[in-house]
Amino acid sequence: MDAEKAQAYWQENIRTILTLLVVWFVVSLGAGVLFINQLNAIEISGVKLGFWFAQQGSIYAFVILIFVYVFKMKKIDEKYGVDE
Amino acid sequence: MELQSLIYLFVGVTFAIYIGIAVWSRAGSTKEFYIAGGGVHPVANGMATAADWMSAASFISLAGIIAFKGSDGGAYLMGWTGGYVLLALLLAPYLRKFGKFTVPDFVGDRYYSDLARTVAVIAVIFISFTYVAGQMRGVGIVFSRFLEVDVNTGVMLGMGIVFIYSVLGGMKGITYTQVAQYVVMIFAFTVPAIFLSLQVTDTFLPQLGLFSQTSFAFDDGVRAIPEGTYLMHALDQAVNDLGFNNYTDPGSVFNMFMLTVVLMAGTAGLPHVIVRFFTVPKVRDARISAGWALVFIAIMYTTIASVAAFSRVNLISNVQNVEYKSFVNGGVERSDGTVNDGSWFKTWEQGGLLAWNDRNGDGKIQYANGAAFDGPKGKPAYDGDERGTNGQRLTTNAKGAPTEAELKANNGIANEVYVDRDIMVLANPEIANLPAWVIALMAAGGLAAALSTAAGLLLVISASISHDLFGQVLMKDKETGKSTLSEKSELNLARGAAVVAILVAGYLGINPPGFVAQVVAFAFGLAAASFFPVIILGVFDKRMNKEGAIAGMTVGLTFTFVYIVYFVFMGGAKEDYLFGIAPTGIGTLGMVLHFVVAYFVSRATPPPPAEIQAIVENIRVPSGAGAAVDH
Repeated sequence: MDAEKAQAYWQENIRTILTLLVVWFVVSLGAGVLFINQLNAIEISGVKLGFWFAQQGSIYAFVILIFVYVFKMKKIDEKYGVDE
Repeated sequence: MELQSLIYLFVGVTFAIYIGIAVWSRAGSTKEFYIAGGGVHPVANGMATAADWMSAASFISLAGIIAFKGSDGGAYLMGWTGGYVLLALLLAPYLRKFGKFTVPDFVGDRYYSDLARTVAVIAVIFISFTYVAGQMRGVGIVFSRFLEVDVNTGVMLGMGIVFIYSVLGGMKGITYTQVAQYVVMIFAFTVPAIFLSLQVTDTFLPQLGLFSQTSFAFDDGVRAIPEGTYLMHALDQAVNDLGFNNYTDPGSVFNMFMLTVVLMAGTAGLPHVIVRFFTVPKVRDARISAGWALVFIAIMYTTIASVAAFSRVNLISNVQNVEYKSFVNGGVERSDGTVNDGSWFKTWEQGGLLAWNDRNGDGKIQYANGAAFDGPKGKPAYDGDERGTNGQRLTTNAKGAPTEAELKANNGIANEVYVDRDIMVLANPEIANLPAWVIALMAAGGLAAALSTAAGLLLVISASISHDLFGQVLMKDKETGKSTLSEKSELNLARGAAVVAILVAGYLGINPPGFVAQVVAFAFGLAAASFFPVIILGVFDKRMNKEGAIAGMTVGLTFTFVYIVYFVFMGGAKEDYLFGIAPTGIGTLGMVLHFVVAYFVSRATPPPPAEIQAIVENIRVPSGAGAAVDH
C-alpha cells in the first residue's frame, strides 16, 4: 500500500473512532454524570433518566458502539483492501 | 439436601471441571503459555475475558457498594464497562497487529528502550499484585462463610486450585477454564437476581424490575409504604425517612466524573485485560472479541443495578423493628403470614461482618443512618465471643443510648446495626429466604469469579518476569538482541515465577491490605496513569519517542502512587485534597499529567528512529497480522 493511500485509510479510521467516542462520552460521562441532575427531572416508571443512564443505559449503548465500530471498520478495511 | 452438603457438591463439581479442563488443555510451549497459541475463537475469548474481568469485587462487592451508595455507584458500572469501548477502538486491534506476547513487549519495542521496558514490568507487577490481593481476600470471604473453614485455610485451598491450572495450563489452560467459570458465575449471579426480582416486584427480568412496582407493603420504621409503589420511589422514600441521602440523586458530580474516567481508562490499561487480545488469530477478531466480552459483562452488570436496589429494599423491610431474639432463632411472622427467617443475621454476626447494638434496649433491631459502633467507619470490635441478654454478639466499642440529635436527624430512629457492604450479594438469597440450592450456586459463583481473575493476573505477573524481565532485559544477548534463554528454560522460568506469584498472592490474601473494592480501585488509578496513555501515544502519535514515554510513565505513576498512599494509607486529611479530588479519582489527573509531560518532553528531544516510525505505520494497518512471534 502506498503512503498516500495509507494516509487516507488512517484519516478515515480516526474519523470513525472520533465519531463513536463522541457518542461514548455523551451517553456515559454526559448523561450519566455531568447532566445527571438535569436528566433526573425526567422520570419513566419511577426511574429517573440520569440515574438510569448511569446504571444501565450507558452499558447498552457501549455494546452497540463496539459492534457498530466492528461493522464500520470492516467496510473501511475492504474499501482500502487491507482486510485479512 | 442440606444446605451445607449442597454447597460442597456445587463447589466440588465446579472445581473438578476446572481441573479437568486444565489437564486437557495444558501448555507445551511458551506461545501456548503466554497467549494460548494465538488461536482462540473470538467468542470464547470474549467469554474468557469477561470471566477474567469480573472479579471478586464485581461479583461480591459491587452490588453491595451500589446498594449503599445509590446513584454515585453508577461510576463503577459505567467505568468498568465503558473502558471496553476505549479498548476496542483505541488499543486492542493495534496491539494484536503488533503481535507480541506482553504489554511490556509493546512498550519496550515501540520505545526502543530497556529502561521503558523495565518501568513497564515494574508497573505490571505492582498493578497486578495490588489487584490479586483483593481477589484472594474475596476467596477467603467466600470460603470462610460457605465452607465453614477458617479464612486462611480457604485462601490456601484457593491457591492450590489456581496453582494447578495456571502453572500447568498457562494462558491456554486458564482461557478454557475461564469459559467454564463464566458460565458458572453468570448463572450464580442471575438466578438469585431473577428470584429476587420476582419476589420484590413480580417482574421476571431483573433489568426491568427497576421500573416495576413493589409487590408487598412494608414499614420503614417511619411510615408504611404501600404495595404497588414504584420500586425506586419506595426506596427513595425509605432511605430518606432513615436519614440517608436520596438513593437516586448523585453526591459530588465532579468526583463521580473523575472516578468514572479513571475506571474507564484503567480498565483499558490493565495488563491482564489487554493481553487477552493477543490470543485471537486476527486484528478483526480482536475488535469483535472486545464486543463479545462486553456483551458477556453487560449481562451481569445491567443486573447489578437492579440487585443493588432490591437488596436495599429487602434489608430495610426485613430487619426494621424486628425482635432480634425470635428473628435469629427461627424467624418472625410477617403481617401476611410468611416467615421472615433471620438465621443469616446470626451467621454473619458470627463472622463479624454484621453486628447489632441494642442502643434503646427494646430488644428490636433498628436500622438508620449513622454509626452504632465507635470504630473507624462504624465497624464493630470484639473481645472473644461474649453474648448479650438477647444472645447477640457483644462488641467492645458499642455506642451508648441514642442522643437527642441522632434521633432528631433520623425521624426518631437511632441506628443499631453495622452491615459490611461485602456481604450484601452473598447474604441476599438468605435475606430473601431463597431455596438452598440457590445459595449453594452463589458460593460456587463467587469462587469462580475470584479464581478466574486471580489466575489471569498471576499469569500476567509470571509472563512479565520470565519473558520481559529475564528474556528481554537480564538474559538478553547484547550483540544479537535476542534472549539467551531456550524456549524450554523460559517456560520453566515462567512456571517458577507463577509459583512465586501464587505464594505472594496467598500471603496478601491472608494479611489483606484493606477491603476488596478499595484495593482494586488503587490498581485502576495506576493503570490509567501509566499503560493507557503510553499505548495510545505509541499508536496514535508517531512522533512520540522514548524520552517522552519514560518521562510520562514516571510522572503519571509517581504522582498517582504518592497521592493515593498519602491520603489512603498515611491518613492525609480530606481538606488537603488537590482541587477536592478524592484519591479514588486521582488517576484521571495522573493520566492527564502523563499525556502533557510526554508531549512536551518528546517535542524537545529527537524524533524516534525511522524503523520505529515504520513499525507504527505497520501496526495502523490490519492486513498481514500473522501469528504472534517471539523475538
